[in-house]
Amino acid sequence: MDLITNESTGVLESAATNPTTAATQAESSPPSIASLPDKPLVVIEPSKSWVPLRLRDLWLFRELLYFLTWRDVKVRYKQTLLGAAWAILQPLLTMLIFTLLFGRLAGIKSDGIPYPAFAYSGLLIWTFLANAIANSGNSLVGSANLITKIYFPRMIIPGAAVGAGLVDLGLAFLILVGLMIHYRIAVTAAILIVPVLILLTALLALGVGMWLSALNVKYRDIRYALPFLIQLWMFVSPVIYPASLLSGKLRLVLLLNPVTGIIENFRVAIFGHGSFDWKALGLSTTITLLILVYSAYSFRRMERTFADIV
Amino acid sequence: MASIIKAQDLSKRYQLGKRDAAYATLREALVSAASAPLRILRRNGNGAERALWALRDVNFEIGQGEVVGIIGRNGAGKSTLLKILSRVTEPTTGRVELYGRVGSLLEVGTGFHPELTGRENIFLNGSILGMMRKEIEQKFDEIVAFAEVEKFLDTPVKRYSSGMYVRLAFAVAAHLEPEILVVDEVLAVGDHAFQQKCLSKMQDVSIHGRTVLFVSHNMGAISRLCQRCILLDHGRIVASGPTASTVQTYMTSGLMQRAEFVQSEAVEKAINLLRIALVDENDQVRSDVPYDRQLRFVLDYEVNKTVTGTSVGIGLFTVDGTCAFVTGDFDSHPDLLGARQPGRYRTTVEIPPRWLNTGRYTVTVYIANASSGVVYDQLEAIVFNVVDTGTPGSRHGVERKGVLQPILDWTTTLTSK
Repeated sequence: MDLITNESTGVLESAATNPTTAATQAESSPPSIASLPDKPLVVIEPSKSWVPLRLRDLWLFRELLYFLTWRDVKVRYKQTLLGAAWAILQPLLTMLIFTLLFGRLAGIKSDGIPYPAFAYSGLLIWTFLANAIANSGNSLVGSANLITKIYFPRMIIPGAAVGAGLVDLGLAFLILVGLMIHYRIAVTAAILIVPVLILLTALLALGVGMWLSALNVKYRDIRYALPFLIQLWMFVSPVIYPASLLSGKLRLVLLLNPVTGIIENFRVAIFGHGSFDWKALGLSTTITLLILVYSAYSFRRMERTFADIV
Repeated sequence: MASIIKAQDLSKRYQLGKRDAAYATLREALVSAASAPLRILRRNGNGAERALWALRDVNFEIGQGEVVGIIGRNGAGKSTLLKILSRVTEPTTGRVELYGRVGSLLEVGTGFHPELTGRENIFLNGSILGMMRKEIEQKFDEIVAFAEVEKFLDTPVKRYSSGMYVRLAFAVAAHLEPEILVVDEVLAVGDHAFQQKCLSKMQDVSIHGRTVLFVSHNMGAISRLCQRCILLDHGRIVASGPTASTVQTYMTSGLMQRAEFVQSEAVEKAINLLRIALVDENDQVRSDVPYDRQLRFVLDYEVNKTVTGTSVGIGLFTVDGTCAFVTGDFDSHPDLLGARQPGRYRTTVEIPPRWLNTGRYTVTVYIANASSGVVYDQLEAIVFNVVDTGTPGSRHGVERKGVLQPILDWTTTLTSK
């Protein structure tokens, strides 16, 4: 330890002994490098308990979000035998089974919509939500090699997982169009709200998935609990039954589930039956945004230790 | 010269021990929350002992356009410092001011996906490294030419040879244009010709006024690239100054010498190196070996599940990074390439006496697989000296060149008178 030299003299020395380097640099360096900013571009410090979201950083890395989404989609379709068909098969086969079980055997009412179309419309939203949550929940752990080597806003990783789910949703939507033609369901102006509902679903998936992905880094139990919890969640969502089946207190509980407002209004938009339940939609939106904001702050707080523990 | 990086009192602490091991489970967290009051009673300040300071009170400034080498032995804190500067991990205390954008190259090929083609990976990897799509498109041809992979652009990289893979990965990274480039030991890969190419590319980078921080074990590369070096040991700066004198300090301070390497990380691989040591005839670990004594390396490793086609080997290097030779356990026992059953193994290999020239050498351990190449390496696991105890050269007062100084059998006969 007796070898410590003064740091600042080190800098001066090397500046003095390297006049040539300094000269070349002044001549050939691009203008952006020629002069340094007065204030540091980045200050690295241990973060306090409250961490800002740094949305500007996210915007700077928007192309990375696109590339990671594109990678997820591409790799999945390259590696599997059926490729894109999986996006369609999963909700389609589930719909057929549910139609048989609940439509035919149990005779669940479906608000006057043919049960297969009714179930498929719910499953379309649900499959997207469930897969997006599952994939984003496991995304950080699966990207350990990136996290420990490169800096970028970590939120992009669960974000890309949700984005990749949107592509599957688009494909599965084609079947819904087929079903609508088959059952001669006329399209009304109400369908214009569909993009809003899908955006809301994506935000909900991001909120839940992002939070779980951060927890998953620390507690690997999440990985095992996740499929089970998602399944439970489906049964308390009006996917295979209409919300109108329940009444009173039970219906109130159902409305606290943000999925209810989304799926119920999605059906109105597609099938043109009845009118929008704005109250339910407003509640879904509020709950989704609350989840998203909480999850984003809590993600940022946990983010700083990812590289050390993942 | 204005400073582009200012680091003040930088420290990084890692928690060791079970509670903060790689990851916890929810159950452990719940149990630990429930027993927290008890733990506080029981804990008598031994919490501090389980902390490892990877960096301790590090201060430095780096001027714009400087190329600075960071040297020190394994575990000295070099990589931690680079991780903090590239914002992968946060410091525990202290502060760094960066007056330019940082591009980091902590590993070659981060984010490469084996299923994607070379072309696709250039875009993916480029954007992970922080390049914009337009930038990548502009430099695409240059990257491809540098990597020499034109013919294989549309082949998935999983079919690339390891050489091609590394070339492509380095090519993408080399075309990053941040004001500050942070590079960790990436030149240890690839063949000699490509390493030279990478070195010249990095020299180009610095000529263009960019600042480079470069970690390497290769003192040859450090001397060639860097004007100044920072020497770290146990997380502290022990020397800093012009490269020649700092490297000299490093090499003569005994910091480098290490006759034994014991695996400290718990890695769960099929086959793990546990320890390698350089020992004398009496099995004493020693880092100074007389010229006229044999060198014996003892390697301990464990096999966790049956592996085939695997070999364990060592490479001997001079301190400037020249490889003297590489040898593997299957050279004399080809049957080792068959199945290796789970268990612990010890293997020894000897370098005969009066063979290596005097000087300093490093030993790298390799574990390789017939199909996938090197699966594990421990760079500079051992650093040792061969001490002059009467070499043919020194007996005649000359220092002989070369990695070897063997005493060979010369036959001389009088053929005519």
